[in-house]
Amino acid sequence: MVELVWLIPAFPLAGFLVLLLGGRRLGEPLAGWVATLACAGSFVATVIVYFGLLGKAAEDRQFVQTLFEWLPSGGLTVDLGFLADPLSITMALFVTGVGTLIHLYSIGYMHGDAAFPRFFVYMNLFVFSMLMLVLGSNLLVTFLGWEGVGACSYWLISFWFTNEANASAGKKAFVTNRVGDWGFMLAMFLAFASVGSINYANIFAGAQSGQMAAVTATGIGLLLFVGAVGKSAQIPLYLWLPDAMAGPTPVSALIHAATMVTAGVFLMTRVNPILAAGYDWVPTLIAWVGVITALIAATIAVAQNDIKKVLAYSTISQLGYMFLAVGVGAYVAAIFHMVTHAFFKALLFLGSGSVIHGMNDEQDMRRMGGLRKFMPITAVTFIVGWLAIAGVPPFAGFWSKDDILLAAFDENPALWVIGLATALLTAFYMSRQVFMVFFGEPRWTEDAEPAEAEAAPVHNEIHPHESPWLMTTPLVVLAGLAFVGGGLNLPFTDEGKFLESWLDPVMGANELDITVDSGVKVGLAVVAVAFGLLGIVVAASIYLWRRLKPVEPKVLAHAWYYDETVTAFVGGPGRKGFEAVAAFDRVVIDGAVNGVGAAVRSLGRLIRVAQSGFVRSYALGMTAGVVIVLAYFLTRLSF
Amino acid sequence: MIVADLYVTPAWYLVLGAVIFGLGAIGLLVRRNPLVMFMCVELMLNAVTLTFVTFSRMLNDVGGQATVVFVLVVAAAEVVVGLGIIVALLRKRPEATADDLALLEG
Amino acid sequence: MTVELFVFVFAAAACLAGAIGVIVSRNPVHAALSLVGTLFGIAVLFLAQDANFLAAVQVIVYAGAIVVLFLFVIMFLGVDQVENLRIEPLGAGQRIAAVVLGTGIVALVVMALWSTDWEATGRHSAYQALAKEGQPDINVLGEALFTRYVFAFELTSVLLVIAVLGAVVLARRSARIDEIIDPGQAEREREIGERIVQAEVRAGVEPDGQEADLVAAAEDEARETEEVKA
Repeated sequence: MVELVWLIPAFPLAGFLVLLLGGRRLGEPLAGWVATLACAGSFVATVIVYFGLLGKAAEDRQFVQTLFEWLPSGGLTVDLGFLADPLSITMALFVTGVGTLIHLYSIGYMHGDAAFPRFFVYMNLFVFSMLMLVLGSNLLVTFLGWEGVGACSYWLISFWFTNEANASAGKKAFVTNRVGDWGFMLAMFLAFASVGSINYANIFAGAQSGQMAAVTATGIGLLLFVGAVGKSAQIPLYLWLPDAMAGPTPVSALIHAATMVTAGVFLMTRVNPILAAGYDWVPTLIAWVGVITALIAATIAVAQNDIKKVLAYSTISQLGYMFLAVGVGAYVAAIFHMVTHAFFKALLFLGSGSVIHGMNDEQDMRRMGGLRKFMPITAVTFIVGWLAIAGVPPFAGFWSKDDILLAAFDENPALWVIGLATALLTAFYMSRQVFMVFFGEPRWTEDAEPAEAEAAPVHNEIHPHESPWLMTTPLVVLAGLAFVGGGLNLPFTDEGKFLESWLDPVMGANELDITVDSGVKVGLAVVAVAFGLLGIVVAASIYLWRRLKPVEPKVLAHAWYYDETVTAFVGGPGRKGFEAVAAFDRVVIDGAVNGVGAAVRSLGRLIRVAQSGFVRSYALGMTAGVVIVLAYFLTRLSF
Repeated sequence: MIVADLYVTPAWYLVLGAVIFGLGAIGLLVRRNPLVMFMCVELMLNAVTLTFVTFSRMLNDVGGQATVVFVLVVAAAEVVVGLGIIVALLRKRPEATADDLALLEG
Repeated sequence: MTVELFVFVFAAAACLAGAIGVIVSRNPVHAALSLVGTLFGIAVLFLAQDANFLAAVQVIVYAGAIVVLFLFVIMFLGVDQVENLRIEPLGAGQRIAAVVLGTGIVALVVMALWSTDWEATGRHSAYQALAKEGQPDINVLGEALFTRYVFAFELTSVLLVIAVLGAVVLARRSARIDEIIDPGQAEREREIGERIVQAEVRAGVEPDGQEADLVAAAEDEARETEEVKA
């Protein structure tokens, strides 16, 4: 059963190829169904492999399937292989599951779009790449998937590329990711240099046995973290994610909420032996970067008016939580939060897509309001997602966020305080969003209350309506998952901690041991819930009951002017530096190569004089040669 | 006349052969008429045959004379073909010299 | 003073005179005749060294056939123009280098001989004796050629056949080539010949064989071209 692991990426690959060659002919909606079925097939295969793994004993749950030898080159042999262990199968399960739901949703969302088949080509390719990423048995297959998802992200963000802004957003995403990829590549080189292989098995064995020096492990961990920062949008490489909202909403849901951005967290979790073998300051750095990012992103989300931008910054913030968990060693909590976040963030994004669809592509929240009467299913599911992310029990988000905060408290109370502040802000801005969109008075008509000077233009023909079943069904399913998802890792009993025992073979050795009284645990949980409710109440008093004035400072609305700073730097001194490098390449390196050619040419021109064409000159040369040879032999032999 | 004890040793023949060879080489490099150049080549071949015969006699080996026979045959064949070429070339341009055939230049 | 010395000096003088004559003669016919002188000198030297058969072959083949071939070509092509020896288009360096190299070769050989005290001997052959008791050199030579060197001998016969074929191909006057180089040449020559004959007839001049021959030759050529093309 476990040997079927190769089927998991094979289905979306087949879907991609079919749609690539015949998508245009299949047309709408058949192309979408082909893609969805491919994804669903992959999910079924994953479930089969999952049960296959369950059937084995806990220590045995690691299956490596090598398809073929990919790169046999001297000292480096890289196989195209899959590693089916609890971590990768968990990732594959929610990637394929949520992916299938989003594919289904897209059939409805992209209805009427001229490039309908092309969308699903990219989506299937994305799912394939993501599965290669999580199932890879060595760093290079993971990197293949890493780059693949980056490329698909670029294609999907700039899907409506005729609009210049969308194309720029796609480029920005790709280039920023590239900076991170540089770190990944260096980590691969370093791993090969120190252990002689880039297989996970060999690398981890080397890290644990001590063959890999602590300095090297630190370097590898740090460089992989650089890659993760790029892919998972942490400080300082997060500025592509808000711009990536230019893509269609299902893209935002799948790529920028549930799957691609979690690749960084996955990577860090996968290489936990390396992090354990290195110096301690790397995990500490990871934790601090994560929690600071979470806080900063939450502050920015408070002042955003685009419905998707709020969710984008929310994603960055929640990813920060996951990195916080990784940094303090609570890998299980990180994965738990990743799974629950996939559920409720995809739900929120798809819900916002439904709102946008119903509002005739209006995305400014100031022009919405009271939509719960017009879109009941969307409203209910969105509220479920809101409660989950705000950390209200018994929804899924509460359990996973609580695990993270507990681990943070155990490691360093300062981290816990910042995490708590972030939770407060999270509840606040999400409630703000819900109240602005679904409650209150409708604001999209002409005679609505005047907005600020930067109000979006009024769309005349807005008649909000509920979305078709293709779009609401995934919403309902995801809402259900967001409700019961907490059951994966209930902290009350040891049997309830299913995820922890399931993932134990992968990271159990390096998992943080919580040394906190159960009384303190309960107290922490109560505090977290209290702060969440406080955030909701404050938001309600501002946006629902209109008791307090809104606080949305300009600096937050402009995201701390980070984008502008980067642009100024790269455009100004950065550009000078780059031009200098390019000039160096042109003059020195190209010049050296061209210079060799020029030298050979001029030498040839010199020697060409001897090729006069005159037979007698040639005869002279030959005679001279004869005399020289004769002289050489005669002098050697006689004297 | 004090030439009573002067004997002709094989070395004399060898020196003579060398001189004729050298003269042939000089002639080949100096003359431009293709026919005269060919004749200088014949001079060189003859010098070589003289040397071969001298050595054959010195070393009491008939192989030298056999080689002379083959040199003769090859010289004859070479002259036939070479003159054929010269005829084919000079028929069109009778005043051509070796310097006019200079197409093989780089 | 032995006879051999006298013969050697005489023959050597002939050889050297001939060689120098080949080099410096402006007229190629003179050069050919000088070559004959050298060849005769070499033949005499062969005789002096008991290579009787080779001397005869030298005279018959070299002087009698090869040089005659040279003279044929010279006369046939009319290339007996005088070459201007005063100029050297390739620069003075060519002549200087030629002289230097020529003397260099001679000097090297002389030096090699001198280093062995003018003996220059190798090992005597054990089984290839030049002179057997009572047998003339031609018998010994014949035996060697047909036993030890028979393979080379057969190859040289093949070589001769190939050379003859090559010469036939090279020297053939191909009508097609003429046509390519100068299309209509045969036709034009025929026309010119005819006009000359007609002019002469009108002028009352008796057409002598020359023009008629021209016309006939042109007609023959035109017919040949047709045949070859067909």
